[in-house]
Amino acid sequence: MHADPKGVMTGVHFIDGDHAACEGALAAGCRFVAGYPITPSTEVVERFAARIPEVGGCFIQMEDEIASSIAILGGAWAGKKVMTVTSGPGLSLMMEHVGYAAITETPCVFVDVQRGGPSTGLPTLPAQADMMQVRWGSHGDYMPIALSPSSPQECFDLMIRAFNLAELYRVPVFFMMDEVVGHMTERVVIPEASEIEVVERRLTAKRPGEYKVYGTDGSLVPEMTKAGDGHRIHVTGLTHDERGYPAMNAMAQDKLVRRLLAKINAHADQLVDVQTDGVEGADIVVVSFGITSRVATAAVDAARAQGYKVGHLRLIVCWPFPAKLFAELAGQVKAFVVPEINMGQMVLEVERAVAGRARVVSVPHPGGTVHEPAVITQAIVEAGR
Amino acid sequence: MSSEWTNAELIQQYGIENPVMPYLRQDRLPHIWCPGCGIGTTVNCFTRALSESKLNLDEVVIVSGIGCTGRVAGYMNLDSFHTTHGRAIPFATGLKLANPKLKVVVYSGDGDLSAIGGNHLVHAARRNMDLMVVCVNNFTYGMTGGQVAPTTPLGPTQTTMPYGNFETPFNLPFLADACGAVYVARWTIYHVRQLAKAMKEGLEKKGFVFIEAMSPCPTLYSRRNRLGDGVDQVKYYKERSIIRNGADTKEVGLSFQGEIVVGKFVDRERPTWLESMNEHLGRVLGDKFTPYGV
Ligand code: SF4
Repeated sequence: MHADPKGVMTGVHFIDGDHAACEGALAAGCRFVAGYPITPSTEVVERFAARIPEVGGCFIQMEDEIASSIAILGGAWAGKKVMTVTSGPGLSLMMEHVGYAAITETPCVFVDVQRGGPSTGLPTLPAQADMMQVRWGSHGDYMPIALSPSSPQECFDLMIRAFNLAELYRVPVFFMMDEVVGHMTERVVIPEASEIEVVERRLTAKRPGEYKVYGTDGSLVPEMTKAGDGHRIHVTGLTHDERGYPAMNAMAQDKLVRRLLAKINAHADQLVDVQTDGVEGADIVVVSFGITSRVATAAVDAARAQGYKVGHLRLIVCWPFPAKLFAELAGQVKAFVVPEINMGQMVLEVERAVAGRARVVSVPHPGGTVHEPAVITQAIVEAGR
Repeated sequence: MSSEWTNAELIQQYGIENPVMPYLRQDRLPHIWCPGCGIGTTVNCFTRALSESKLNLDEVVIVSGIGCTGRVAGYMNLDSFHTTHGRAIPFATGLKLANPKLKVVVYSGDGDLSAIGGNHLVHAARRNMDLMVVCVNNFTYGMTGGQVAPTTPLGPTQTTMPYGNFETPFNLPFLADACGAVYVARWTIYHVRQLAKAMKEGLEKKGFVFIEAMSPCPTLYSRRNRLGDGVDQVKYYKERSIIRNGADTKEVGLSFQGEIVVGKFVDRERPTWLESMNEHLGRVLGDKFTPYGV
């Protein structure tokens, strides 16, 4: 399917990442947003509130992030593509509904413009310290998808993918921006609607009585319906059977939780996405994501100038983590260097995947600004010794 | 209304003709409520309201939070959502705003709606969100074993008020009224006809409707406070209730086993959130505005 032209602002723009993310959502077909103001993410919903009356849809500023994060889930079950937008403390408040979205298999996009934490931390300054929170923050076992844009152009492009993945897999998809990417202004090219591929919701053709709201017919992702279509569905956050009825026993739990994980894990090869530069034949590979990948590029160039064989691998999709790829690389590479604006989060995944077969060097940063490229270069040099 | 059940099948299966059955998910019965619990009586009233309303039941959606009353959604033969604790109203808000054609009913308990969900209650009323909220008030947290609620009157014992409650309770009709609800009523499960009628009026009303349904919890609240069984509480409702339609909601606060003012307290008109949005944006933006949900 092509994008609905009403939501697509075709042209060349000079806008920041927050605005580009909003345009991406509109192009992807998002027509219902509930949000609550929080720096540095607010510009996304401000733009949506200004644009949606002309596009046709609805925005509401709710009373808090808890309300926003469940209003969008109601919106999804009424048939709309939905998003909420937040940052640090707001994300913490939304965690219960990440779990509700996971267990009820509600397609939705959570935008997190990351700032320094814990708590109120650094409202106006960057971090990448929510990476593990979006993976593990809600209680119980579930598997979300997380994308990490590194430029305003990617805020637009990847946002469309975020919505498409939400529809395909019926999971919460996290859009992991940071304060710098959110507020940096660059050229953003928005193509014609006919050049934008969007995935529409897979609504069941089954009649009421035949349709089971969580019947998977052997696939891993059930077909959806929407309230008002006559299917008389029941949706609950309790462990449930294929009819959506509560089934509180170990067998039902086993079946449901395994499927919730499998629908992502079994498709991990299709989902993972990395950008590589000179990884083939490299002794050292720098692993980065989001804004840090732009700083790391300068560091890699500097190390190469000193004669080191350095590759650069950027995670575009952070969850699911490309563990298989790292396991393969571990046989060829001496060391991985992992700079990130947190005290060492995604590096834990690298260590897990590499499993001791190469050195893994963390280059942590507590947040408030980006790394000095020289710090990363130095880590590369030390790893290369 | 479309139902898989004909009366003939009902008679065959149950030996009686029960007009309530088509509105329930019969494959989910028996329900989990205790003998003497009043929640089922409120559901009975709700099915009557549904049957007497002219609504297309395919477009009526019920949303519950968590708790004993939170289980109501799961028993109704409607599109139904059992959400998280306290968040039925914002979920329902999302449903309504994403598809304004739906008639959305929130059915939950006093703890769910007025404690953990209190913030959402006041803001949905303020916005005049087009929702009907049925609040079953049994003065306690049933599902978790009888803890103090924001509605517990001064005096009675609860597990977390072991020496009796000393916190001032909410007067829920006053709260809803003050926040801007366009329809506010209170009935007890003794007043089944009035409660069903209020629910029917609520279903037909546009805007934020708040109906408080007083209901006994014999298992916890009554037993702990030596109030007898479910029937004894209904007797109390019968003896101490005074019908005062149009009463000033300020005056309808409840006390422990004291007088109960019941009635339709508020019935007024005010534009809903969606009406206000469409009217305002249409005026400000003119032709550029794409009217929503109309
Ligand atoms: S615990 Fe109380 S409120 Fe809950 S079902 Fe039993 S009687 Fe009803």
